[in-house]
Amino acid sequence: MESLINMVLLTLLAATTIAIVGQRSLLGVVILASVYSFLMASVMIVLDAVDVAMTEASVGAAISTVLLLGALHLTKTREEAPRHGRLLPLLLCAAVGAMLVWGTLVLPPFGTPDAVIHQHVVPRYINETVRETGSPNIVTAVLADYRGFDTLGETTVIFIAGIGVMLLLGGLRRRDRAQDSAAEDQR
Amino acid sequence: MFAGAAAAILVALALAVLRAIKGPTVFDRALAGNTVGSLAILLLAVFGFLTGRPEFLDIGITYGLLNLIGTLAVLKFFRHGDLAYDPEEER
Repeated sequence: MESLINMVLLTLLAATTIAIVGQRSLLGVVILASVYSFLMASVMIVLDAVDVAMTEASVGAAISTVLLLGALHLTKTREEAPRHGRLLPLLLCAAVGAMLVWGTLVLPPFGTPDAVIHQHVVPRYINETVRETGSPNIVTAVLADYRGFDTLGETTVIFIAGIGVMLLLGGLRRRDRAQDSAAEDQR
Repeated sequence: MFAGAAAAILVALALAVLRAIKGPTVFDRALAGNTVGSLAILLLAVFGFLTGRPEFLDIGITYGLLNLIGTLAVLKFFRHGDLAYDPEEER
């Protein structure tokens, strides 16, 4: 049953992707992208990665939809004729895709317990987390304790990015208001 | 029983995705997108019971909220052509 659900979902994913590529209306693309994210989140759930599925649903289906619509507001509706030929980008995409597929060939089979990633530090985390950190949740212990500096760096980057966006938006609004009052003065 | 429900949801999902792809209007797509979100919640719930782990059910609530945000954003954009629409400005 699980593999059947996976097959149906992956087929729908492929159909949605092809539809996104062929879609000319940008608003339709945004909606199809949100459909894609929900399908992808379902695939993640079937693959037993519920936390990843939640991230996919919140980032892919909710936030990206809003951000893409915001971007749509700023772009033109008419498509400009491409300046270069279409053959080179197609070949490049096919080559990169083929390389990625080629790269997956040497990966260990899905779900195997003796893959390299499960042999390196994972046994230690599983055996020692409670004794070393006192947290019963291994994911929390890894994020906040074993990789504490990593998480600190990440939050710093996100904090700085947030400040940057706020400064940019604040500047835009002030300029808008200045233009508005200038226009009113002229009247 | 849950397997049958899952199969029915998958069929419904396929139909909704087909409608989202075919269109033809934005409203068809927005409605189909919302339906796909709702069906994803149902699939999550049924799959939890199917594999004997109904704890995933709570995540469905989050999905419901997210689905609402996406659909509202699309509809607001379609109505006003802008997400940061302020009714005060129009006067």
